[in-house]
Amino acid sequence: MLERLRYRLRYISGTDIALWIVAALLLTMIVVGSYNILTEGRYTGRQWLDFVISGLAQGSIYALIALGYTMVYGILFMINFAHGEVFMSGPFTAYFLAEYLKQKGMFQSHPLLALLLVMLLSMLVSTVIAVSLERLAYRPLRGAPRLVPLITAIGASFFLQYTFRGLYTPGFKAYPEVEPLKGTWVFFPNSLHLEIERMLIAVFVSSVLLLILLYAFVQFTKTGRAIRAVAEDQQAAALMGVDVDHTISVTFAVGGAAAGAAGVFYALMFRQVNYFMGFFPGLKAFTAAVLGGIGNLPGAMLGGLFLGVFESVGPSLFLEGLGVPAAYQLKDAIAFTMLVLFLIFRPTGILGERLAKRA
Amino acid sequence: MALLECRKLTKRFGGLVAVNRVDLVVEPQSIHSVIGPNGAGKTTLFNCITGFYRADEGEILFQGEPIHWLSPTHIARKGIARTYQNIRLFGNISVLENVLIGMHIHLKSGLIAPLLNLKSFIEEEKEAYKRAMELLEYLDIAEWAFFKARNLPYGQQRRLEIARALALQPKLLLLDEPTAGMNPKETEETTQLIKRLRDELGITILLIEHDMRVVMNISDVVTVLDYGEKISEGTPDQVRSDPRVIEAYLGHGAASGLKPVASAGTVAKGG
Repeated sequence: MLERLRYRLRYISGTDIALWIVAALLLTMIVVGSYNILTEGRYTGRQWLDFVISGLAQGSIYALIALGYTMVYGILFMINFAHGEVFMSGPFTAYFLAEYLKQKGMFQSHPLLALLLVMLLSMLVSTVIAVSLERLAYRPLRGAPRLVPLITAIGASFFLQYTFRGLYTPGFKAYPEVEPLKGTWVFFPNSLHLEIERMLIAVFVSSVLLLILLYAFVQFTKTGRAIRAVAEDQQAAALMGVDVDHTISVTFAVGGAAAGAAGVFYALMFRQVNYFMGFFPGLKAFTAAVLGGIGNLPGAMLGGLFLGVFESVGPSLFLEGLGVPAAYQLKDAIAFTMLVLFLIFRPTGILGERLAKRA
Repeated sequence: MALLECRKLTKRFGGLVAVNRVDLVVEPQSIHSVIGPNGAGKTTLFNCITGFYRADEGEILFQGEPIHWLSPTHIARKGIARTYQNIRLFGNISVLENVLIGMHIHLKSGLIAPLLNLKSFIEEEKEAYKRAMELLEYLDIAEWAFFKARNLPYGQQRRLEIARALALQPKLLLLDEPTAGMNPKETEETTQLIKRLRDELGITILLIEHDMRVVMNISDVVTVLDYGEKISEGTPDQVRSDPRVIEAYLGHGAASGLKPVASAGTVAKGG
């Protein structure tokens, strides 16, 4: 026993010790902060629940975007950094349809139908952008070293941002309100009296439904099987008569459609669109994909929900108790600290066994 | 008409000529073996036939139709399936799904169909599932159906690779060293299996094999490659007694040290 300990101690480097100290410090901060805020009783249980619920809604949007990152990584081993712009292109374009429908009075007379139309257009645009991106920017670089498509993706990201800025002007545009989704719903009015914003419920429920649908698509259809086969071994898949190029296009299309839907949810929640709106959600969703274990589909979904809740609850729970002023503004810092910590301590993510095998 | 025909097939890698003007005629319903020392160009030949390499010269005809310019996907769809020397299954996917992927080209429901016509989609999946199970039973690995492919024992993985290739419903099956790494009992079973594939399913088989007992036992025709060139071809008996073949395997001059078994002239040579 002692022998083993001594053996292990010999192989500890300065970096390890530094990392342990960082981890211990963070852990202490989290524990002390949480303890302070909970004993202080600044927030009621209901308020914590509100944090969690809005976190879940936000997180389900991250999960939808993260799907695109993780599927593309699974099949091509590249991070599609332009995915945030795929996410932006849909709702930004669909804004004009929404505006038109609003003027025609459709958002007043048939709000849900109008919303569905906006959503379909958004998904269509995002899909087209994602597929063209693959066809024009990534496919010619298929055999190149992995750094090349990565840099191309960053370039494509800027290209799309500024193209849409040029096309649709740089200002913020306000999405119309959907009447039936305003206000709150009350659950268990007699006992718990749980009052939740309708928008959050709608976003969460439809995102989760979409996630389930997409997961079923990948698990149970012929095309989904082809995607998984190509992700495992492109050559062997080609030998089975699977059209590899087409399958990769489909992967981008599915990721694009999910991002387009997520974009509309995002625009509805924050009521505005802008050419830059894809940047932060894109990075967050990438973080979510890494948290869940990149390349892993359920992982991305889980990572998205986890990140959403963590960054919604985190500032109040961990930081306010330490006396940090305006803690809520630090939620992005919390999210990206998570990314760094995961990359250091568990680069395979929560469910990421596959990456570990490949590395 | 020959099922598969290679005419003056040549493949070079830089200065190395891996396959040099090889003529090969595979008759329907036959078991045709390709043998030769390591590095003779057997696997390169397979890679040319399945479209992973583009031949530098010559042509490949499948059922009289040139296929040497097609992609691997399209060649697979024409009805040529293969297995690999080193097993290449989809390891993280279940055994059953590996077979289902082999059926890919025979399933119709594409991207949108599952949404529009759920019922016929489910019907088709059920049917495919049934056929996949039948195939697994045929190869005696049905009990493993829901395991991840990489968790299978080695011999079963080889069988699964054949099952997956059969799911394509190929006319021609290319087997690259199907008995590599097997013990004598497994080798015997595989030999019987290959025979059954031809006799029961009517599949033509092109076989790369190092185990001479297997080759001599089941082949109708044997082609011998050495340094990319075809040096001999004929029935197992003819090839076995060809001094060039003995030389290729045992080194130059070795044949002269052996008892004369047959005159070299009796060996059918060339296409």
